[in-house]
Amino acid sequence: MKNTPSITHASFLRAVFSIIWKDLAAELRSRELLSAMLIFALLVILIFNFALELTPSLRPAATPGILWVIFSFAGTLGLNRSMAQEKDRGCLDGLLLAPVDRSAIFFGKMIGNLVFMMIVEIIVLPVYSFLYNFNLFIPGLLLVVLLGSIGYAAVGTLLASMAVQARTRDILLPILLFPVIVPLLLAAVRASGGYLQGLGMDVIAPWLNLLVGYDIIFLAIAYMVFDYVVEE
Amino acid sequence: MIEVRRLVKLFGVKQVLRGLNFHVEPGEFVALLGPNGAGKTTFLRILASLSRPTAGSVWIGGYALPSQAATVRCRLGVVTHQPLLYGDLTAEENLRFYARLYGLEDASARITSVLELVGLLPRRADLVRTFSRGMQQRLAIGRAILHDPDVLLFDEPYTGLDQDACDMLDTVLREVAARGRTVVMTSHDLARVETLASRFDVLSRGVIAASISRHDLTGKNLLDFYREALA
Repeated sequence: MKNTPSITHASFLRAVFSIIWKDLAAELRSRELLSAMLIFALLVILIFNFALELTPSLRPAATPGILWVIFSFAGTLGLNRSMAQEKDRGCLDGLLLAPVDRSAIFFGKMIGNLVFMMIVEIIVLPVYSFLYNFNLFIPGLLLVVLLGSIGYAAVGTLLASMAVQARTRDILLPILLFPVIVPLLLAAVRASGGYLQGLGMDVIAPWLNLLVGYDIIFLAIAYMVFDYVVEE
Repeated sequence: MIEVRRLVKLFGVKQVLRGLNFHVEPGEFVALLGPNGAGKTTFLRILASLSRPTAGSVWIGGYALPSQAATVRCRLGVVTHQPLLYGDLTAEENLRFYARLYGLEDASARITSVLELVGLLPRRADLVRTFSRGMQQRLAIGRAILHDPDVLLFDEPYTGLDQDACDMLDTVLREVAARGRTVVMTSHDLARVETLASRFDVLSRGVIAASISRHDLTGKNLLDFYREALA
């Protein structure tokens, strides 16, 4: 029966990288997702800059909250658009029809969302540093931003895959996402604050451990349940 | 090639498929007819492994769904109402993306031959969002046949196509059928499927209400057979 051209089972990694390449190539052309995230993020920085008269002594305490508000809300915008692009033209079905492990689809989309979040963060951090005259380029803080973004992208991609099936997906995603990421945001804000206020590792380490644990748990959950989330 | 026994699909309390039995031999071209809401798309989505059956068994090429879905997907090409294409990628980039997912080794040559077959070779570097509905559907067919599957599932492929695009689709379908591929196609366009399919099944209220081969249809009108089956 089989006289098909030379088909090999697409490897997990090839599928993951194909999906990342596809998301980046499409975004490079349209710039829909990144421009929305960036404009939102920069507007929030400006609004906070005008609204809060932050004295140098208040900056270390207020900055973690401001940063994570920007990252999480801009991230939600990106997650919604990223999955909507798959759903609107039926492309999600195209991915599901491919003979690849469906968790590869999750990891491809998740890493794509993570890359978009990190592009926004790479732009937001220097702009914030410049406007508030406050150095954010502390290696520990950058580690916290990375760990927080991984957890956010993992949970967000999984929940966006669920929310995208609904007509009210734009409202549904934040409703589903924010209660679940409370531990992540709490740990990220506390750990960021610890680094910015120059606290010791004895204070910061528990929050870093929580971030790492959260990332591992939710990556594992997403790996196990994604197949059931996307199938009717 | 396709064997379905006592297939049931429930959406909540609504029973869409009610113990459906279906059998297709290798190389057969089956037109699945039926009114709106009969369960044609649901049935095709189950065959495509996009939806899990509530009860019953489905085998394609000797492999069971959903337990051996990944193996079945290697042998399936699917065309739905939607093109399953990315508007911000070119025609060639779309096919290359799917070729990578399917693990095609001779992707470049295969992409060129498929684009030639569907008449889009001159537009290979154009973004899909600049294509007309007919061109997108042609590329969708190219995507579906890219890995030269044994079984092709077409769900209302003529929807929204102009006359030229319909004729081109007929040509592609004839070519696919001539190469011995198994085809299951849903359509409301009886005049078109009458000239293409080797068998006509009427799906009504979640079961196959009637079935007739083209050979047995001789001297009979497909529309009359369809109306009788629904009556």
